[in-house]
Amino acid sequence: MELQTLTFLLVGLSFALYIAIAIWAKAASTKEFYVAGAHVHPLFNGMATAADWMSAASFISMAGLIAFSGYDASVYLMGWTGGYVLLAMLLAPYLRKYGKFTVPEFIGERYYSKIARIVAVLCLIFISFTYIAGQMRGVGIVFSRFLEVDIITGLLIGMSIVFVYAVLGGMKGITYTQVAQYCVLIFAYTVPAVFISLQLTGNPIPQIGFGSSLLNESTYMLDKLDRVVTDLGFNAYTEGSMSTINLFFLTLALMAGTAGLPHVIVRFFTVPKVSDARKSAGYALFFIALLYTVAPAVATMSRLNLIETVNGETSQGNEYKSMPQWFKTWENSGLLGWYDHNGDGKVQYANGAVINGKSPVFDEQRGQYGERVITNPSEGKITTGAPFANELYVDRDIMVLANPEIAGLSNWVIALIAAGGIAAALSTAAGLLLVISSSISHDLLKSTFAPNISEKQELLYGRIAITVAILIAGYLGANPPGWVAETVAMAFGLAASSLFPVILLGIFSQRVNRAGAISGMLSGLIFTFCYIIYFKGVFIQPFAENIEANWLFGISPQGIGGLGMLLNFSIALTVSYFGEPPPKEIQSMVESLRIPRRIASS
Amino acid sequence: MSSNDNNKSYWKENLKLIAVCLVIWFTVSFGFGIFLVEQLNEFNFGGFKLGFWFAQQGAIYSFLILIFFYIYRMNQLDKKYQVND
Repeated sequence: MELQTLTFLLVGLSFALYIAIAIWAKAASTKEFYVAGAHVHPLFNGMATAADWMSAASFISMAGLIAFSGYDASVYLMGWTGGYVLLAMLLAPYLRKYGKFTVPEFIGERYYSKIARIVAVLCLIFISFTYIAGQMRGVGIVFSRFLEVDIITGLLIGMSIVFVYAVLGGMKGITYTQVAQYCVLIFAYTVPAVFISLQLTGNPIPQIGFGSSLLNESTYMLDKLDRVVTDLGFNAYTEGSMSTINLFFLTLALMAGTAGLPHVIVRFFTVPKVSDARKSAGYALFFIALLYTVAPAVATMSRLNLIETVNGETSQGNEYKSMPQWFKTWENSGLLGWYDHNGDGKVQYANGAVINGKSPVFDEQRGQYGERVITNPSEGKITTGAPFANELYVDRDIMVLANPEIAGLSNWVIALIAAGGIAAALSTAAGLLLVISSSISHDLLKSTFAPNISEKQELLYGRIAITVAILIAGYLGANPPGWVAETVAMAFGLAASSLFPVILLGIFSQRVNRAGAISGMLSGLIFTFCYIIYFKGVFIQPFAENIEANWLFGISPQGIGGLGMLLNFSIALTVSYFGEPPPKEIQSMVESLRIPRRIASS
Repeated sequence: MSSNDNNKSYWKENLKLIAVCLVIWFTVSFGFGIFLVEQLNEFNFGGFKLGFWFAQQGAIYSFLILIFFYIYRMNQLDKKYQVND
């Protein structure tokens, strides 16, 4: 069958499945809407958490990021999985014991302060919207490339699907669709990886494959890749170029940020028991690790495949005319481009900038070989150590999506990748939309500004809030603001420096009081926010160039959340030490969080 | 033993367990994957340099083992102190 028909078929089937689940799992009470009635089996919650967590960034972008930065990208692998250790031991079981609906609710009650609760709501909304914009871009990419519909139509379809199951089913509908989405995405991710690993090494397990020797050759795959990329003027693939301190803080920020993300934490409110919360953190990491341990294998193999396809057997470049079909389809989508610096009609890939600026600008006309003409080429200087000037622009986001095509796998595998990418984006978007809507209907309306509304009204407001949030998310997807990519760093940094320390101290210290928590949260938040703005600009012109020489202690804006977290901890502890301890009832509340057993009389 | 003391010693044992787990957590990721990566890269593990393997594979496997070890030990502790829910 044709690729497009197959893609429509697979994506359509997966959508039908999600809708069917939504109709089956309609939420009737606020408890079902916010936390799925706290009836979810830990195994299912593990899968749902994995789908919730693994976004378009994990599915589409991560392997590409590793493919082009090698060892340095290990920070994402360790950071985004190590956070689950923190969740399982430091947060999830105790927050489950607390047993209410939202993260700001916990912060507000533990620190006996409405201000703390509102600050937490603001952090949550900012973090979540930042994230959603990225998901919507992922949906857009998949739709426009594989289904060849325009991005707006793609977005509208995606938004209506999320609308149906999130608005109807709330957390209950979202949970069970996430279970289905996990199955779709993990199948889509691993199947091509298994085939490619077999092709290259004869070993079907990608995790072992990328540490094996290549078929018909005696060299190990990683050794070969190291040699090939250094010959082209890049750093060795398995060696880093970032400073140790920056690697450290970046990993720390990602780990603590993962543990502090509200849409992840809230998933642990949905299981029946405290011991189930621990268990489902374990299951979640298992399901996440299935993808995260395959990703570096996909990265290694796709980088090697790409270089060999482009530069050819001779390593001197292949004729543009002989490029395979995928090269031209991705060129048409604007995510790949070729500028013939030396005018030999061959595509050459090496270290160096092929264009000026971040992305290529294409002319309407075609060049002499039928290629799209790039109007912003660089001078085409040869980078030190490279054999020729780089002529290839590749957006790293296409690596996972193009991988099966590069390896020449059959159409149904490629169609599967499309369905998987959409599943990853939709499942995360739905989880984020839910925490936004519950923080508005529950934390802002019911508990702060309109305490007299009935449960039915609260449920209605929750559904209205989620609808509005979907519309805003759709708008952000259609008109992606320039700062979207920049703010992803901010989402993790802010979660690590604001929410994570305050929740942790709320459980592990009986001494930390209201003043300590609020001053800690605000100082971590403001410090991190300002540092990122200072270098990245976001809404304004950056104050200083974003280079290592300018950074504080050599820590990049992505990693500054780690330092912000330490600042939050030390200020919260110091301020609390000089103030009054929290009231008696708060201290006994903390004690009860630490014990799984429910006290009969309360 | 009063239920208060019981709960206190349960919490103490939990804290000790968490401390042990977090030391290992730190060692396999920040230790082997970042600080000692160059030294470990001198050794090979199949077709991997050892430090590189820890950073991209080994740390994740260790995290998994750690969490399941913690779950197992906590279930035991819950029973020992009869605090299971």
